[in-house]
Amino acid sequence: MNEKKSYPMYFVFGALILYVVLSVIPGVIGVGYSFTDWSSYSDKINFVGLKNFATIFSPDENYLRYLGNTMVFTVLTTICKSVIGLALAVLLTKKIKGLNFHRAIMYMPAVLSTLIVAMIFKNILNPQSGLLNEFLRSVGLGSLALKWLTDSKIAFWSVMAVDIWKGIGYIMTIFIAGIMSISPVYYEAAEIDGASSWQRFKSITLPLLMPTVAVTTVLNVLYGLKVFDIVYALTNGGPGYSTEVLYTGVYKEFSKGRYAVGTTLSTVMFIFMIIVGFFMIRIMTKEEVEE
Amino acid sequence: MKHQKLIGSIAVNALACIISIIILIPLLLILVNSFKTSLAASDMTLLLPQKWQFDNFKVVIEKGKLNLAFFNSMIYSVGSVALCAIFAAMASFVLSRRRSKSSKLLYLFFVLGITMPINFIALMKVMQVIQLYNTRTGIILLYAALQLPFTIFLTYGFIGKIPREIDEAAVIDGCSPLRLFFSVIFPLLKPVLVTVMVLTFLSTWNEFILPLYFTGSTDKWPMTLAVYNFFGMYFKNWNLVCADIVLTSLPVILVYFLGQKYIVSGMTSGAVKG
Repeated sequence: MNEKKSYPMYFVFGALILYVVLSVIPGVIGVGYSFTDWSSYSDKINFVGLKNFATIFSPDENYLRYLGNTMVFTVLTTICKSVIGLALAVLLTKKIKGLNFHRAIMYMPAVLSTLIVAMIFKNILNPQSGLLNEFLRSVGLGSLALKWLTDSKIAFWSVMAVDIWKGIGYIMTIFIAGIMSISPVYYEAAEIDGASSWQRFKSITLPLLMPTVAVTTVLNVLYGLKVFDIVYALTNGGPGYSTEVLYTGVYKEFSKGRYAVGTTLSTVMFIFMIIVGFFMIRIMTKEEVEE
Repeated sequence: MKHQKLIGSIAVNALACIISIIILIPLLLILVNSFKTSLAASDMTLLLPQKWQFDNFKVVIEKGKLNLAFFNSMIYSVGSVALCAIFAAMASFVLSRRRSKSSKLLYLFFVLGITMPINFIALMKVMQVIQLYNTRTGIILLYAALQLPFTIFLTYGFIGKIPREIDEAAVIDGCSPLRLFFSVIFPLLKPVLVTVMVLTFLSTWNEFILPLYFTGSTDKWPMTLAVYNFFGMYFKNWNLVCADIVLTSLPVILVYFLGQKYIVSGMTSGAVKG
């Protein structure tokens, strides 16, 4: 059978054109534009060399803070989601009444729009009338009733907490699938040997779950680096610049018409992500490549 | 020993219930308050409404121009889902069947897109050049393009498991490539395509960044942006905002409960092998 005839290349064209024009080309010309002074104020676009990069990495500007915040967000949410997600997965693979109900509930925030979740929590975290502070006051912990989203010292923590609330179900679901794929034979053998549940977790579940941990870590990291929605909708980077991350920064530059600086911020991320992405694809396609 | 096991089982059950409640409370809060009067909703408690105010939904649909927003969301989601599913299936079919090195590389080139960040500003330029800026077609094509890598990743893996003998039999019977794909292969892809369509639908429905960047006029806004805008204008009337949130999330929750099996299998495939 003739491979070239039965599987013609024009089948790929539709996908390829869409992908290249709307995804690859913007990425590439974006890199090009980051060496220019492109803005909405002038029709002319001049080459300015590395000036934009100098602006971004200059300590006098706020951009380094965006990058720093993005890193903090990525590292902390990744750790929290992995640890809590794994704990929940272990819990929800035990013998529990209404197991599927619990799993369905815990996954639910993941299917809601981030914008919706942010609006809900804007209300719950409201200092005066929000449910959280009302609750804290009613149980006599009024001193803990803080200005969750408007105090620059804690706003970023609140944003991360909401993000974890939303994202945990997804990570948990992946871990559940991972745990279920571990052969029960190991656990039976361990039980006969009299291993405690902690020992079983430490010596069976965790080591055999390492590939899954690798994947969830990559997913969490990629998500964290690209985070925009939750920050935009909860605090829009404020108060001050305390919760500004890279992509909210890009959007601000875009709204101000300073396209070149915005695209340079994207480029910095682009280069970073290509490197991270390369390793991610290797992990995700590992099995197929080996075949 | 038996005693201990019983206590352990109770503790585990209780813990699961507590966590589910923590997840549910924010959602119930919105649902309950969407039926209250503006005054009753102003302190946003979990108490049931004294007077059920079903009118809220009617008011929101009118004031929030939700009919148009619903239409927009529908057309964006359905359009991009259909486009993405067909293009991805065709591409992964050929890429997976051809054994050459170049098709393998092309596949990896597509899949790399899963991780690639979008340069929105440069994308705006491209959209302007191809005359799709601030058009519904543009948004549909964009969503389709951005979902392609993950969709190809899923379908490629699935097609690999369909035996080649099927193709060979069809070709010997005189099937053209198009006929082979649409009459023989496409029906076999149903499980993976359902997964892909459910996932694409959900993420398109929930997304708002692309319309935020690429639609200048409010008449092209989807539900998510409309609700956010409504929230900005009526932030004192939380009953209405809640009603709006409920209406916006309803399709997603519905799709979630109908397609839960597919969502979970899609979300975890690729992440967990075996």
